[in-house]
Amino acid sequence: MNNYSVIGKDIPRVDGREKATGAAIYTDDIKLPGMLHGKLLRSPVPHARIRSIDVSKARRLPGVKCVITGEDTPKIKYGNWRLFPATQDEYPLAVDKVRFIGDEIAAVAAVDPDTAAEALELIVVDYEELPPVFDVLASVRKNASIIHETSPSNISVDRKIAYGDIKKGFAESDYVREDIFTVHPVSPAYLEPCSSLAQCDQDGRITLWTSTQTPYIVQCLLASTMGMRENDIRVIKPNVGGGFGGKMELRPWEFCAAFMAKLTGKPVKFTLTREEELTTGRRRHPMRLKSKVGFKKDGTLMAKDLHIYLDGGAYNAMGPTATFLCGNFGAMLYRYPNYRFIGQHVYTNKPPASAMRGFGAPQSLFAAESQMNMAAEELGIDPIDLRIKNAMVTGDTIPDVATISSCGFIESLEAVREMSNWKRNRKKNKKGYGIGIGCYSFISGGVFNWFNTQYPFSAAEVKVFSDGTAHLLTMASDIGQGANTVLKQILAEELGLKMEDIRLTAADTAMTPQADLGTWGSRVTLMAGNAIKDAARQIKDVLFGAVSSHFDLNVIFDLECKAGRIQATGKPERGMAFGEAVAMVQKTNRGIPVTAKGYYTPRGKGLVTPAFSFGAQVAEVDVDQETGVVQVKKMYTAHDCGTVINPMAVEGQLEGSIHMGLGYALSEELVMKDGKTLSNTFLDYKLPTAMDMPPGESVSIETYEPEGPMGAKEAGEGLASPTAPAIAEAVYNATGYRCKDLPITPEKILKK
Amino acid sequence: MKHDIQLMVNGDSYSLAIDPSRTLNQVLREDLNLTGTKLGCGSGDCGACTVIVDGRSVSSCLTLAVEVDGKEILTVEGLAPSGEKLHPIQEAFIEKGAIQCGFCTPGMELSAYHLLSQNPTPSEQEIREGLSGNLCRCTGYNKIVEAISVSADRMNRKPSKRKSR
Ligand code: FES
Ligand code: FES
Repeated sequence: MNNYSVIGKDIPRVDGREKATGAAIYTDDIKLPGMLHGKLLRSPVPHARIRSIDVSKARRLPGVKCVITGEDTPKIKYGNWRLFPATQDEYPLAVDKVRFIGDEIAAVAAVDPDTAAEALELIVVDYEELPPVFDVLASVRKNASIIHETSPSNISVDRKIAYGDIKKGFAESDYVREDIFTVHPVSPAYLEPCSSLAQCDQDGRITLWTSTQTPYIVQCLLASTMGMRENDIRVIKPNVGGGFGGKMELRPWEFCAAFMAKLTGKPVKFTLTREEELTTGRRRHPMRLKSKVGFKKDGTLMAKDLHIYLDGGAYNAMGPTATFLCGNFGAMLYRYPNYRFIGQHVYTNKPPASAMRGFGAPQSLFAAESQMNMAAEELGIDPIDLRIKNAMVTGDTIPDVATISSCGFIESLEAVREMSNWKRNRKKNKKGYGIGIGCYSFISGGVFNWFNTQYPFSAAEVKVFSDGTAHLLTMASDIGQGANTVLKQILAEELGLKMEDIRLTAADTAMTPQADLGTWGSRVTLMAGNAIKDAARQIKDVLFGAVSSHFDLNVIFDLECKAGRIQATGKPERGMAFGEAVAMVQKTNRGIPVTAKGYYTPRGKGLVTPAFSFGAQVAEVDVDQETGVVQVKKMYTAHDCGTVINPMAVEGQLEGSIHMGLGYALSEELVMKDGKTLSNTFLDYKLPTAMDMPPGESVSIETYEPEGPMGAKEAGEGLASPTAPAIAEAVYNATGYRCKDLPITPEKILKK
Repeated sequence: MKHDIQLMVNGDSYSLAIDPSRTLNQVLREDLNLTGTKLGCGSGDCGACTVIVDGRSVSSCLTLAVEVDGKEILTVEGLAPSGEKLHPIQEAFIEKGAIQCGFCTPGMELSAYHLLSQNPTPSEQEIREGLSGNLCRCTGYNKIVEAISVSADRMNRKPSKRKSR
């Protein structure tokens, strides 16, 4: 059908060489003359009023150049949900109160990190401790201690979705079940700890190099918290060592680096320790999910009533989005004719939860998919058959939310059934062996403009040159997932150029076109890809016009960019080299360069996303009967991500997701005690190692997503969801232990 | 009190006067500007800081610089000294998609280098064991394992080919 030259090929990463040789620069690798090193003082108590802070001793320590507390700052609150200012509940440094163990209170900049650390110990804070709340159920009680005075209760976000008539739906159901699930906090655990370096120029303008997924968001929120103009802040994203959602907000150290650079006139760098990352960093929301579903005897889904408490920790962070999305995903995958969701985002005195790969979906789908498996058993229907019976298909609508414009879900289910030899293996009677399924759907970027940006959601600038090269400028942020490679592929395909013909400048807010909301919600390929296509189309219009006129082509002729030429389609002799065409256009315009800007903002696509991905996954496990230890033997995955732009990159995303899902299901947990995160090293917080990673088999179900560039949509984030429910079902199949409270541990299995 | 030490890093010799509490990781990254060696945890648990010292793989975050006085150190910058031709391990990492964010990559490559120097024909299981001290959050390891096995094949093939000709 399509004969693409670059799309659909295993193009190695464009930054592979610099990463393989250690030449790639990450923020902490950057050093500037006169640079100071910053450290943060964090609260040792979960909930307290600050009576006073004495920094005089710290200031006097030789080598200390600057010490600030909240009192020294403009005291402007921030938060990503600018559209609803009431949700913006965080100060860069605590003002009057601290709300979790780790809340940032003061910052020191000194000539070296040791001096800065020493100075922290000289700061004296007088706290008036307040009763803390650690548990959502305690936090929503009438007399619970209030965490934010601006919010009358500890419920900071209330979200309701309702359609159909659930009462009627349940009344007409033959089989109804209700379950309560709980899921635990986990860390994004990107390998690169957060780091930021700020410099202030003679005019007071700030340049900030920072490990972020969202340079534009950081630029805007840094400007507002510093009381500066946006254009006076330049945010540059160097290489980023992973983010997974954990680096998509303004962070206190970004503010402190910039603010202290301004105060001292010297560059200031902050780099967090792993302990800070694990004990105070953003995490995936723990949730309590109460779900009631009703079916007809034949397996037809009739109704679902879902109530979720999200344990947000001390601040909203990206919690409002997670609250929306866990409700949306509660109704995805299957046709729920009657649905009600109530989501409540609850403050507790714990480190804030926020976005993490899947953004509400892994939790919501753990419950939904587990319940699907339980219902299948009690209805006496095979779990895959039950899913196929209710599966969404292309053209389905979710009331008030979206229309599914491409959907390969049934094909995915059929594919994993095949691959895993499901029918035979479900019946297999080997001790400790189990097989189970979990599925997912995910968004390809968000539609809802919570950041209240005034700019298009994505932008691209393309400049083309008479030497046959192009320069692509975009604020889209590669944080390791491979965006730079995929975006170059899209432009190379559009213009008929080779990957090496394209120079890329990305993620620098002063150099790349306004704007891009950043890397989250699997938005980059679709949104930045569409912006690039828009710019490329304009370039092609100009070049095609010139070539057409030069060869006096009949207006009905199609033209193409192919193999470095602009030509009448299929007729290389009626065309010229790409660079020659550029030169010709330039000549007719008295030298003006050939450039174009392209934009994309989803419109008319409902409230949630322009496109949904789908997929199914089967896990095979072996459970040791004596020890309860689960070994995942193999994972089978079929996923529909539309047109695959780079199969190797998609596979990499898939394998990375399985790794994270494996950890979520079995080994990773931020263990909490009285508001304190006890898991403070990678020894306690157990990421799966190369030894734990099972082999896998996977297949991409190719659909064509009309809204996506070349038909592409989300890949790799949705896949964070199916692994845990698939493993949980396999463990049940093996042992009879049904996990309703992640993670699955040997103790729980043996106790069953 | 500063200590005078002599390090041989990637074939270059350096004389340094350093505080005895400084780690090899700090000296490499901050004093020698060899920032290819990363710091992911500082507690010996992630492997991002792996370097080779006298043929042994060590966590540079846990090694004091004074302990390696007079020793030979190989960092990721030394794997392909000419800068032109990459080491087969690096080549395979790029080609096989074993790199995503790249933060674990230098440590992974040096662990692979160490493994292959001890065991030129490792089985898949041996590769996985050899990498068990290196964490990667992005790739799920499988492509890294594949890259190492491909580079092992290539490294073994090359000399024997020459012999047979
Ligand atoms: S930084 Fe040395 S092992 Fe993690
Ligand atoms: S590639 Fe990101 S941690 Fe390994």
